[in-house]
Amino acid sequence: MTWETVIGLEVHVQLKTRSKMFCGCATTFGDPPNTNVCPVCLALPGALPVPNAEAIRLAGLAAYALECTVHERSVFARKHYFYPDLPKGYQISQYDQPLATGGTVEIESPERGTIRIGVTRLHVEEDSGKSVHDRVPGKTAVDLNRAGVPLAEIVSEPDLRSPAEARAYLTAIKGILLAAGVSDCSMEEGSLRVDGNISVRRPGAPLGTKTEVKNVNSFSYIEKALEIERGRQIALLEGGGKVEQVTQLYDASSNTLRTMRSKEDSKDYRYFPDPDLPALVLDRAWLAARRDELPELPAQKRSRLMTRYGLPAYDAGVLITDATVADHFEAVVAAGADPKLAANWVMTEAIAVWNETGVVEVSAPRLAALIALVREGTVSHQSARKVYTLLRTDPADPKAVAERLGLVQVGDSDQLGKWVDEVLAAFPAEVARYKGGEQKLIGFFTGQVMKRSGGKADPKGVGGMLQGKLK
Amino acid sequence: MSAVRNISTAVLSGRTTARRVTEHTEHLLRRADQRGLNAALDWSPEYLSREATRITRDAVRGSRDAMPLAGVPVAVKDNLATLDLPTTCASRILDGYISPFEATAVTRLRAAGAFVACKANMDEFAMGSSTEWSAFGRVQHPDFPDRVPGGSSGGSAALVAAGVTPVALGSETGGSVRQPASFCGVVGVKPTYGRVSRYGLVAFGSSLDCISVFGEKVDDAARLLSIISGHDPLDATSADLPPLALPAPRTDLKGITLGLPDEYFPADLHPGVKAALDQAIAQAKSLGATIKRVSLPHARYSVPTYYIVNPAEAAANLARFDGVRYGKRDGGSQVDLRGLYRATRGTGFGPEVRRRILIGTYVLSAGYADQYYHQAMKMRTLITRDFTDAFGGGVDLLLTPTTPTPAFKAGDKTDDPVAMYLADIFVAGASLAGLPALSLPVGRSEGLPIGMQLIAPAFAEAKMLAAAAAFEGVLDPRREVR
Repeated sequence: MTWETVIGLEVHVQLKTRSKMFCGCATTFGDPPNTNVCPVCLALPGALPVPNAEAIRLAGLAAYALECTVHERSVFARKHYFYPDLPKGYQISQYDQPLATGGTVEIESPERGTIRIGVTRLHVEEDSGKSVHDRVPGKTAVDLNRAGVPLAEIVSEPDLRSPAEARAYLTAIKGILLAAGVSDCSMEEGSLRVDGNISVRRPGAPLGTKTEVKNVNSFSYIEKALEIERGRQIALLEGGGKVEQVTQLYDASSNTLRTMRSKEDSKDYRYFPDPDLPALVLDRAWLAARRDELPELPAQKRSRLMTRYGLPAYDAGVLITDATVADHFEAVVAAGADPKLAANWVMTEAIAVWNETGVVEVSAPRLAALIALVREGTVSHQSARKVYTLLRTDPADPKAVAERLGLVQVGDSDQLGKWVDEVLAAFPAEVARYKGGEQKLIGFFTGQVMKRSGGKADPKGVGGMLQGKLK
Repeated sequence: MSAVRNISTAVLSGRTTARRVTEHTEHLLRRADQRGLNAALDWSPEYLSREATRITRDAVRGSRDAMPLAGVPVAVKDNLATLDLPTTCASRILDGYISPFEATAVTRLRAAGAFVACKANMDEFAMGSSTEWSAFGRVQHPDFPDRVPGGSSGGSAALVAAGVTPVALGSETGGSVRQPASFCGVVGVKPTYGRVSRYGLVAFGSSLDCISVFGEKVDDAARLLSIISGHDPLDATSADLPPLALPAPRTDLKGITLGLPDEYFPADLHPGVKAALDQAIAQAKSLGATIKRVSLPHARYSVPTYYIVNPAEAAANLARFDGVRYGKRDGGSQVDLRGLYRATRGTGFGPEVRRRILIGTYVLSAGYADQYYHQAMKMRTLITRDFTDAFGGGVDLLLTPTTPTPAFKAGDKTDDPVAMYLADIFVAGASLAGLPALSLPVGRSEGLPIGMQLIAPAFAEAKMLAAAAAFEGVLDPRREVR
């Protein structure tokens, strides 16, 4: 009998604001410890929180991007627990009346194809500070620069059925939030964090006991951590055991999970509406404005690329990785390139450069010109890739670069004929075999001609000429 | 007629100087300390001298209109953040703590030319009704040293009653200004919730807290209130309204309907309080007021409701005092985190504060929140609706006793928290409903001051203050009632 895996994710993203959620302190990453602090985020006696309108705007955008219902009235609540990096002794969050509920995200499941995953809720909250345990020997240091940084927490429905789907969901969420411009979604800088809830069951059975997987700082680690936890739960159940409701911490260096001391801190957060903050009331005009300012999102962009440019789903999926990449593709087409050829180039060469540097270095018109050279047969595809690399630093136009490198193909039949004759003369045995029926040797001859020409021969011309002379 | 007006006029006209006022204040503070009033916590001659220099300089530069409180000494309750002087909330956990910022109300007072005469003693974190819960010793009643001045703003009330300062800032969460005003025989005014910015007021019950004022006279209190009120972007609950305009003075109550809630005149009301109120009601009639009996049917739930909502918020608000960032830290360097919290909070807070934190934690705990906190919030809505209905039924102001008895003896109620809480029985309702209310001294019984309470609809402070001034014109607060 098989097991069905049930996964739900809680994603925390930092909203891209200049100042904190309830005070004017900067949200800059990497500043010296405890420099971005003030009476409010230090929770000095008498200080009061005032909500950051920009954070609410971004959260509203995020909610619409995830196709949520955004509520005209939501309530900030206090979530209590004691920890040195939580200055007030409570976190301002939202509880029973969140900003948004009932959203959905389209993902590409490796197992189930294109599916929709429910988003239970999106709410706004403030981050805590950071406890640093390895800075001062034997002591814990506290950095409150992060305390009060605005976050949106996005909770999915338990709709994910495999660790790979969990990863696909995260990829989709990240793409959407990046496109909407609400967060940098950088796990390295802590602006995107993920906790996973996972359980297994026999298909059709009620939900099993879930465990929580924490402390993962990359999408591939969450997939690995969930794989391990799934395996652990199945082994436990198949051995007649029972799954306990625990929290598992992932250790990337050993690729293992460690069970956190459970139950000792059975949490009672004592939520109640924060009396320092009136209910968050957003009128219809505000909500409409958020819907209107939402840019094109990855799913919409994907289907538009498919219909408008006739691209296969796979190509469109790769191109929407990032708005810069998709925009570049469209610019290359606009500069006259064939869409499929443009897609091939952008998906390989341009994306490689973008991954490395964060920018597309070769402009769209120059790439379009290079594609045209290949199409006309002026340079081979192989040579064009060399040219592309040079174009990253060389301001000259593609044809000039190709000429300078001697990469312009020779299509002249006299020259081609000479090379072909030389090759056929050099390999009489192979010629005999070809004539005896080993037609696949045509490739061998082509290769030899290309070699003799130093790569400059136009392969199409060579093929035709070889066939003619070998008759 | 009004001390505030006299002082500011004298200072601005040059009849006296700010320095002479601060020196006189210093003298009065010293004398109050010597007689053991224990109403002032921190003050310093050096600070007073610096303030005299500042006011003198500003009075030369600024216009008269910009300094309506020129040279006015204000005692400031110790839960309001001040620069230079410590802000301790009369708690060991904040002993010596100096705030790096100033409460908006204090900033506005100082900008108007007033100065902080001293920080006033109080019940620790404003939890109490007698100012016996101060970590720095109880405050004496100015006229009867063995009695309490009321609380939690007992220090502020006693300083005004003893003539040390003509006005003072206190704070109300559930009657903490009106009740001591009544006990000490001074005017105490609580504005509508949101009328005065809470920025810099150390939070106790955030949905209830109101910075409030004491004055010798209604006009003194009104002048102070008009300066500190008005919207403040630093407080999200501050009402988006301009400062309170000074009420047009009136000498009669013609056209005013005063509602007497049955529930506030129980059969067992202290005879002295009853006599004083009867006399005030008779005066109201002679001033032309219409008297109407009304009912606030949920009034008897106001104390129990208050003592759930308030501790719930207090437990959350006091979580920040953990010994990590500021204030007292106990337990030495060898303790673990729990040990640090236990030692710091266990010894830093006094018994009443610990009691409220425990109650507040309990009423919000899983499994109990529905029975207590959520139930109390529903009751709060009903209590508020009672007031709305009364005012909707043609009543302008409600008239009630401020307290069921005059000032009680020190030690009478410290062993019985419920008896102490019941001292708030007539003041808790307006706090839960967020309404403006005041206590006006209307006579004495066996020498003990008796206060009358007026409660007004939200943001109707001007009407309430004007009516109080009319009463003030015909009632001698020093006269023994029979």
